[in-house]
Amino acid sequence: MNWKRLEVLLPFVGVIVLLAVWSFTVWMRIVDPVLLPSPIATFKAMWAGMFHGKLGVDFLKTVERTIYSTIIAAVIAIPLGILLGSSEKLYRSVEFLIDFFRSTPASAMFPLFLVLFGVGDRTKISVAAFGAALVILFNVAYGVMNARKTRILAAKVMGASRVRVLWDVMLLESMPATFVGLRNGVSLALVIVVVAEMFIGSVDGLGQRVFEAQQMFEMPDMYAAIFAAGALGYGLNLLFLSIERRFVHWAGK
Amino acid sequence: MTAQPAAKIELSEKARAAATRTAPHVTIRGLSKRFSDATIYDNFDFDIPRGKLMSVFGPNGCGKSTLINMIAGLFPMDAGEILFDGQPLHKIKFGYVFQNYREAVFPWLSAFDNIAYPLKVMGVPKKDRVVRVEKIVANLNVKIDLKLYPYQMSGGQQQLVSIMRALVVDPEILFLDEPFSALDYEMTLFMREQLQRVFVETHTTTVLVSHDLEEAVYLSDRILLLSRHPARAVEFVHYDAPRPRTDRTMTESDFISTKAHCLEIFQREVRKG
Ligand SMILES: Nc1ncnc2c1ncn2[C@@H]1O[C@H](COP(=O)(O)OP(=O)(O)OP(=O)(O)O)[C@@H](O)[C@H]1O
Ligand SMILES: [Mg+2]
Repeated sequence: MNWKRLEVLLPFVGVIVLLAVWSFTVWMRIVDPVLLPSPIATFKAMWAGMFHGKLGVDFLKTVERTIYSTIIAAVIAIPLGILLGSSEKLYRSVEFLIDFFRSTPASAMFPLFLVLFGVGDRTKISVAAFGAALVILFNVAYGVMNARKTRILAAKVMGASRVRVLWDVMLLESMPATFVGLRNGVSLALVIVVVAEMFIGSVDGLGQRVFEAQQMFEMPDMYAAIFAAGALGYGLNLLFLSIERRFVHWAGK
Repeated sequence: MTAQPAAKIELSEKARAAATRTAPHVTIRGLSKRFSDATIYDNFDFDIPRGKLMSVFGPNGCGKSTLINMIAGLFPMDAGEILFDGQPLHKIKFGYVFQNYREAVFPWLSAFDNIAYPLKVMGVPKKDRVVRVEKIVANLNVKIDLKLYPYQMSGGQQQLVSIMRALVVDPEILFLDEPFSALDYEMTLFMREQLQRVFVETHTTTVLVSHDLEEAVYLSDRILLLSRHPARAVEFVHYDAPRPRTDRTMTESDFISTKAHCLEIFQREVRKG
């Protein structure tokens, strides 16, 4: 039936409803139009900002910071997570520290990192990397620890050395969890970067854009920047998911 | 193409040597093993004969898998020693088919790479790996698409992959822990014949755990009957019918009486527990 074909449109229903409610609210003047511009005004501001204005530059700046911090976090956390996960005793001895700092809001670390790195990019990137690293570390370590015992035994009985078991079995066994960690890590890094851009003497970035537009009362610009941030978060998640599907094709099967 | 005949000659020499030597292949002395809640082995002695196919038969949880895991050096023992040709464990080529096949194959490798993996561990060059995998697949006459990943295959096909993975290295000792439990009946019959053929060709010392008494007797030269844990060797039954054995073998009186004997002992032991 035709209905089957229409099912692919289901994800758009929510979007259309939101736009309809939004337009209706603006049209009925339920909310002060200065506070809530129309969807069209917002998307015009977004288009102009992205392609002719500063929003595009800010967008790229935030992408850059988020990617840098995620890469730094991954480079530190993945090897460390494998090391910790390969020895249960080692992990248990630092578990409390990891859990403690993982539970500490990374934003609470800003003042400390400001003292260490000053008011530049380095502070933003390093706090975001710090937060993301702990998330990745935790996931990788658990992925390695929960590696199927039978597969490790299978490799051992074939004569595989400890290093080979770690490399060929535990590492691959931990890949699905590693990707979960990376996806959570990049989301967290984005949150931290945007917050940092708002409050730590920034001249660019999406956080700064949102904050500035609000200060200047340029509401369409503010909403445009918020949507840009949302699109970025969604896009990063999608990117990591598609990498995951390619590289960890066996996950969940 | 000179490699293959050379390998054949070496194999049959090995097989002949294995068949003629009579000293036990594996000697188990004073083996003790406890898990937190139970003593599985307490001062257990046993000899695994060289070049024979032996089955281990016993109730669930009596310690069959634990025994072969300890022989293969995968589980530590609490006490005792296990000697191979009178020597402690060193570089021995084991073939091991795990009971839990789903967790024993590597889901990130294709069937082909799974089978080739032990050769890679041994440092066999890529070209020879391909040759040897193709040889074992042809030899067992198994028809599966080796490009598939385990999660794309049925449980039985995964188990076939892990059986070929165990055989591809020409193991000195072959452990099979309920290798056919995931296969359908037709495939089970087929794989029994393949296993028997491989055994006749190579006379590799083989330890088979089976819950099917008929299968155990049919395939084996020796049947080890274990009691509930702490496991004792209740009896080591000999069955020396000539090979190749066929369906006819199962109708012979010798076969029927051996099977009945094993069953009787098993039931007596289980009732005791
Ligand atoms: N890692 C472990 N920790 C604690 N107990 C264990 C462990 N492994 C096995 N056991 C116990 O040891 C006993 C023997 O286990 P084993 O797996 O060797 O039995 P099995 O004879 O192979 O049984 P089955 O026929 O069900 O395969 C069982 O009672 C089991 O519960
Ligand atoms: Mg078992």
